[in-house]
Amino acid sequence: MPGKLKVKIVAGRHLPVMDRASDLTDAFVEVKFGNTTFKTDVYLKSLNPQWNSEWFKFEVDDEDLQDEPLQITVLDHDTYSANDAIGKVYIDIDPLLYSEAATVISGWFPIYDTIHGIRGEINVVVKVDLFNDLNRFRQSSCGVKFFCTTSIPKCYRAVIIHGFVEELVVNEDPEYQWIDRIRTPRASNEARQRLISLMSGELQRKIGLKVLEMRGNAVVGYLQCFDLEGESGLVVRAIGTACTLDKLSSPAAFLPACNSPSKEMKESPLAHPPSHGCRSTHNSPIHTATGSRLTQNFSVSVPTLIYTGMGSGSAGKEGGPFKALLRQQTQSALEQREFPFFTLTAFPPGFLVHVGGVVSARSVKLLDRIHNPDEPETRDAWWAEIRQEIKSHAKALGCHAVVGYSESTSICEEVCILSASGTAAVLNPRFLQDGTVEGCLEQRIEENLPAGCGFCHIPYDELNMPFPAHLTYCYNCRKQKVPDVLFTTIDLPTDATVVGKGCLIQARLCRLKKKAQAEANATAISNLLPFMEYEVHTQLMNKLKLKGMNALFGLRIQITVGENMLMGLASATAVYLAALPMPGGIQIAGKTPSDGSYEQHISHMQKKISDTIAKNKELYEINPPEISEEIIGSPIPEPKQRSRLLRSQSESSDEVTELDLSHGKKDAFVLEIDDTDAMEDVHSLLTDVPPPSGFYSCNTEIMPGINNWTSEIQMFTSVRVIRLSSLNLTNQALNKNFNDLCENLLKSLYFKLRSMIPCCLCHVNFTVSLPEDELIQVTVTAVAITFDKNQALQTTKTHIEKSLQRASTDNEELLQFPLELCSDSLPSHPFPPAKATSVDYSSFADRCSSWIELIKLKAQTIRRGSIKTTVTVEKASPMGEGNFRNRSAPPCANSTVGVVKMTPLSFIPGAKITKYLGIINMFFIRETTSLREEGGVSGFLHAFIAEVFAMVRAHVAALGGNAVVSYIMKQCVFMENPNKNQAQCLINVSGDAVIFVRESELEVISTQQPTANCQQSCAGGEVTT
Amino acid sequence: MTSELDIFVGNTTLIDEEVYRLWLDGYSVSDAVALRVRAGILEQTGATAAVLQSDTMDHYRTFHMLERLLHAPPKLLHQLVFQIPPSRQALLIERYYAFDEAFVREVLGKKLSKGTKKDLDDISAKTGITLKSCRRQFDNFKRVFKVVEEMRGSLADNIQQHFLFSDRLARDYAAIVFFANNRFETAKKKLQYLSFGDFAFCAELMIQNWTLGAVGEAPSKPDSQVDDMDMDLDKEFLQDLKELKVLVADKDLLDLHKSLVCTALRGKLGVFSEMEANFKNLSRGLVNVAAKLTHNKDVRDLFVDLVEKFVEPCRSDHWPLGDVRLFLNQYSVTVHSLDGFRHQALWDRYMDTLRGCLLRLYHD
Repeated sequence: MPGKLKVKIVAGRHLPVMDRASDLTDAFVEVKFGNTTFKTDVYLKSLNPQWNSEWFKFEVDDEDLQDEPLQITVLDHDTYSANDAIGKVYIDIDPLLYSEAATVISGWFPIYDTIHGIRGEINVVVKVDLFNDLNRFRQSSCGVKFFCTTSIPKCYRAVIIHGFVEELVVNEDPEYQWIDRIRTPRASNEARQRLISLMSGELQRKIGLKVLEMRGNAVVGYLQCFDLEGESGLVVRAIGTACTLDKLSSPAAFLPACNSPSKEMKESPLAHPPSHGCRSTHNSPIHTATGSRLTQNFSVSVPTLIYTGMGSGSAGKEGGPFKALLRQQTQSALEQREFPFFTLTAFPPGFLVHVGGVVSARSVKLLDRIHNPDEPETRDAWWAEIRQEIKSHAKALGCHAVVGYSESTSICEEVCILSASGTAAVLNPRFLQDGTVEGCLEQRIEENLPAGCGFCHIPYDELNMPFPAHLTYCYNCRKQKVPDVLFTTIDLPTDATVVGKGCLIQARLCRLKKKAQAEANATAISNLLPFMEYEVHTQLMNKLKLKGMNALFGLRIQITVGENMLMGLASATAVYLAALPMPGGIQIAGKTPSDGSYEQHISHMQKKISDTIAKNKELYEINPPEISEEIIGSPIPEPKQRSRLLRSQSESSDEVTELDLSHGKKDAFVLEIDDTDAMEDVHSLLTDVPPPSGFYSCNTEIMPGINNWTSEIQMFTSVRVIRLSSLNLTNQALNKNFNDLCENLLKSLYFKLRSMIPCCLCHVNFTVSLPEDELIQVTVTAVAITFDKNQALQTTKTHIEKSLQRASTDNEELLQFPLELCSDSLPSHPFPPAKATSVDYSSFADRCSSWIELIKLKAQTIRRGSIKTTVTVEKASPMGEGNFRNRSAPPCANSTVGVVKMTPLSFIPGAKITKYLGIINMFFIRETTSLREEGGVSGFLHAFIAEVFAMVRAHVAALGGNAVVSYIMKQCVFMENPNKNQAQCLINVSGDAVIFVRESELEVISTQQPTANCQQSCAGGEVTT
Repeated sequence: MTSELDIFVGNTTLIDEEVYRLWLDGYSVSDAVALRVRAGILEQTGATAAVLQSDTMDHYRTFHMLERLLHAPPKLLHQLVFQIPPSRQALLIERYYAFDEAFVREVLGKKLSKGTKKDLDDISAKTGITLKSCRRQFDNFKRVFKVVEEMRGSLADNIQQHFLFSDRLARDYAAIVFFANNRFETAKKKLQYLSFGDFAFCAELMIQNWTLGAVGEAPSKPDSQVDDMDMDLDKEFLQDLKELKVLVADKDLLDLHKSLVCTALRGKLGVFSEMEANFKNLSRGLVNVAAKLTHNKDVRDLFVDLVEKFVEPCRSDHWPLGDVRLFLNQYSVTVHSLDGFRHQALWDRYMDTLRGCLLRLYHD
């Protein structure tokens, strides 16, 4: 019996009045775990009951511990009729199951009711006594840590990055069961919440098992999503990157016995393939999708009903993992290994070698009720197919891996678009086996590559390019070839040299489609998709040029399907990479140069565009150093010079390739204005208003070019729904509406947050959905961070700091210092800083391809020779400091008790994360039958989102944390029926609960440290000198 | 294209002080938008009217949700739904319970009942304060009144503890509650020149000296039967005040009193002759006010009487404030020299407070 769960109900407060007569409540509490229920005494006549219960003890399997949530129900005792429920609290006890995370959950939790919202709070204490029974680790995966963060968590070091893990579970949606007709909305909502909680627990446990099989001990970049497929079921799926992590503060951290530390790895390297591709316990072998006809996959889906607990499903309790392992081995492991996927967007230094470009794949599927129960793994097969395609795209780009990988779906009635995207990349293979620094170093020396020209050198063969591209020699090292533009889905690598600042750019697009049923509908959608991708891409390119920049990071293209339209929204952060050539301007060419006024108009437009580009260059401080042509050498001769290229994966898109883009001079990007549509496009280009002065925005973790963040952050969610007038809807009108919606939303954000100026909106995440016929819903979550005004001063300073830091890392490497300064000596930096030694950073190129197109760009890193010198002079002090931070930093209580910060970023500016307490993954449903009384749709949703934030904060606080990092609102499904005065909303959020300590506090601590540390580190410094 | 839904929710609840003020002042969203436009916000920020509208709506919604919590400020501190820094919480509370001088003068001393609430329309029309704002202020008074009504201990402390006000605001509310409870007349025309501050000052003195709580200042008798309350005037004390009548009823005593005061003040007072001529009238006025306080009706008219019997006569003779102070000091001190007068303690308790009040009330 592997675990004892202990729960104590302490008290309640602010309970609602349940007895109108007395204006009081007779409350008691039911505590339920699995099938066991305990009750407290009834505390009569109080809105602030003090139960002070005994410890309720549940003796349970650790498998149940992982799957089941602890369910606490507060009720009002009624002698004569049924007891009335006040509300519930679900507590995920998973964080108590890792040895390094929280040890106790204790605090005030909001009591939540799906109809009334939060109704008072309850104080609960939860503990788990886990008996470490090693033999059991095959069923449960207690001890595997989960992180939403898409980089190596700050206080850990990646020993090995194993690779991709995925899993999905399917169930019937309680909302669509027959019983739903007779039960109350509350019962139905609660059934749904509970089921999803169970399913995520199960999913997490299964993923954990896979990680253990790989001999990893953690999942990083864990992304779990729900597909509400309506009648055909409920899918919970997750992807992540399996890693073996080592705690930094204690290098010899004791890991649970089942987790193989690096030592073991070295002994039997063969047992652990460097990376694993798609693995799924119930995955049929993956077929290579020959001819990958993306658009014509009308599969008949068969929901697999896998109930938790014994038996059913493909992975039985007993043999499941073992069988899976066997299957795994029989799979063509080699191929899998060659195409690893990584959900990470930022990497340990030396990990990323080249970046090829964006790869993505989409597929339209028809959801259907169970017709073919013999094929229960439909969805697994769907995803496998898409992943396969992604792999082949990456391969075509000369890359063996995909980083910044993510998957998403858009469902409307029975049509479902599955999408996957990532960035093709070449990774340092050593890292995948044995991520020790020595390894990379060795390799660097072996390869003897030029210093620092970053990841943007092309990974593919210049003579055999996957698509026509405009290559030049790298503007940094001048040895390797780089593309003229580079698109990626990852964050900007820390060592990349950027000129000026970046900015958020978006491509927005709507396409009407006829309402249709089933296959006709799916066909219509599939036919539209390539055009949409193409146009989205064109818009991105145009806007990028207009900004005078040459690379996109964090690119996310979302295609949403509705009843009568498709929406495309692409967001990315544009930057000017110093390694890539300066982007050319945009030239406008009229197709019919007939009359003079037209010509005049064209030239007028041309002037406007040129002015905008010039203005943008000034705004974003883009002044790349002039490099004369001779030094760079003449551009590589190409038979056809094109500013960008298309690569098509499907027959339909082949045609698209032919459509266009034979234009293009050396560097000018030509827009042809041949009809009014094109005119509109050009106009819309110019209507994007830059943010007001003092504001910047990006959708990556931080803004390139801004380093001096202050500690003030404000995370927010904003939701807008607009109703389109149904009359004469045209594509143009739609586009305009959608564009206005997004622009106005951004303007509102700038206005609301004006008190934070100068500030930057980071990690701006737009989500579009089409809840009904004429409704468009846009949800934005982002964080506003203020930064220091003294930009110029700071920039130089940071630069120096950076180099110093590099220096120190450098030393460390050379000395095999046990300290891991790199990942935390400069916590304001989201990425582990680059190593100065990067003698090699073998050149790489990046590029991106959407599934129809590929575009390349490149970025580069600068490595100046001077660094070395700086190092020797100054390294001692940063070393010492870093050392201090490492060793000190006890998790001292934050002074501002009760305040819980939330941020979509993986870090907190001006603070150091000292401990990860576990993953937060919560799902809530709220429903109302008195919409007007609650302030209409806005009042209802506003209150609900505020409540969701409150519940997240309460859980984090109860774990002993003071922040949530990598927070994400994965779903916000809102449905209304104003005529019936009803509305319903489902929200799914996740993040990592952490403890952080302000840097100012840290310094106080470090000064109190015994000087021994200092001396040690100083000594270290001297040795290097 | 119409916006069906438009919300912004921050992890830290955004509070715009300017919009909060407009909301408290009872402006509708459209009026608030118009006022903000007039204040030039569009020019300053380059925002559009639509943005302003959306922003204002959003803040109003937030305030509306916060209002329930503001009704019991400790709830605002302990609630989990809105994360608001403590300084902002204090600001929200303080501003919510702040009141307009013009409004408070209208309702000061009135019963906080439904009847009064009905008159709010008139008050709104008269003062130019929106009806909504009047209602909020009225409800605030009433809410505070209800909560502290039955409580023991210091009125201001109770208010501060239950509503988390600043010292200043708690004292103001203590005065409002005290006036409402004792129903002092403040609306008469001759009282119009008095500000809320004048009344609040008097209320504080009266609470300190004339209530049951004031008796309890001897800490040795903690749990006496008498409720230690600041709300009600000490009935026993008021009864006893009748004893002071002797000061004016006994002709000898009155003459002696007068001569002592005149001797002491001769040459020191600019208005000596007027004082001498009016001494008996003034003294009769002040003592009779005391003697009448047994009746509720007369308690209510306390301020009217004080103004009629003392302030107005002095003012008509153009007494400077300094002379009034000298006179009142001498007037009350001299009583100690009257051998035939036995109620010295009672006199001090009465006169110390009254002197303070009169000095405050004595202005144009």
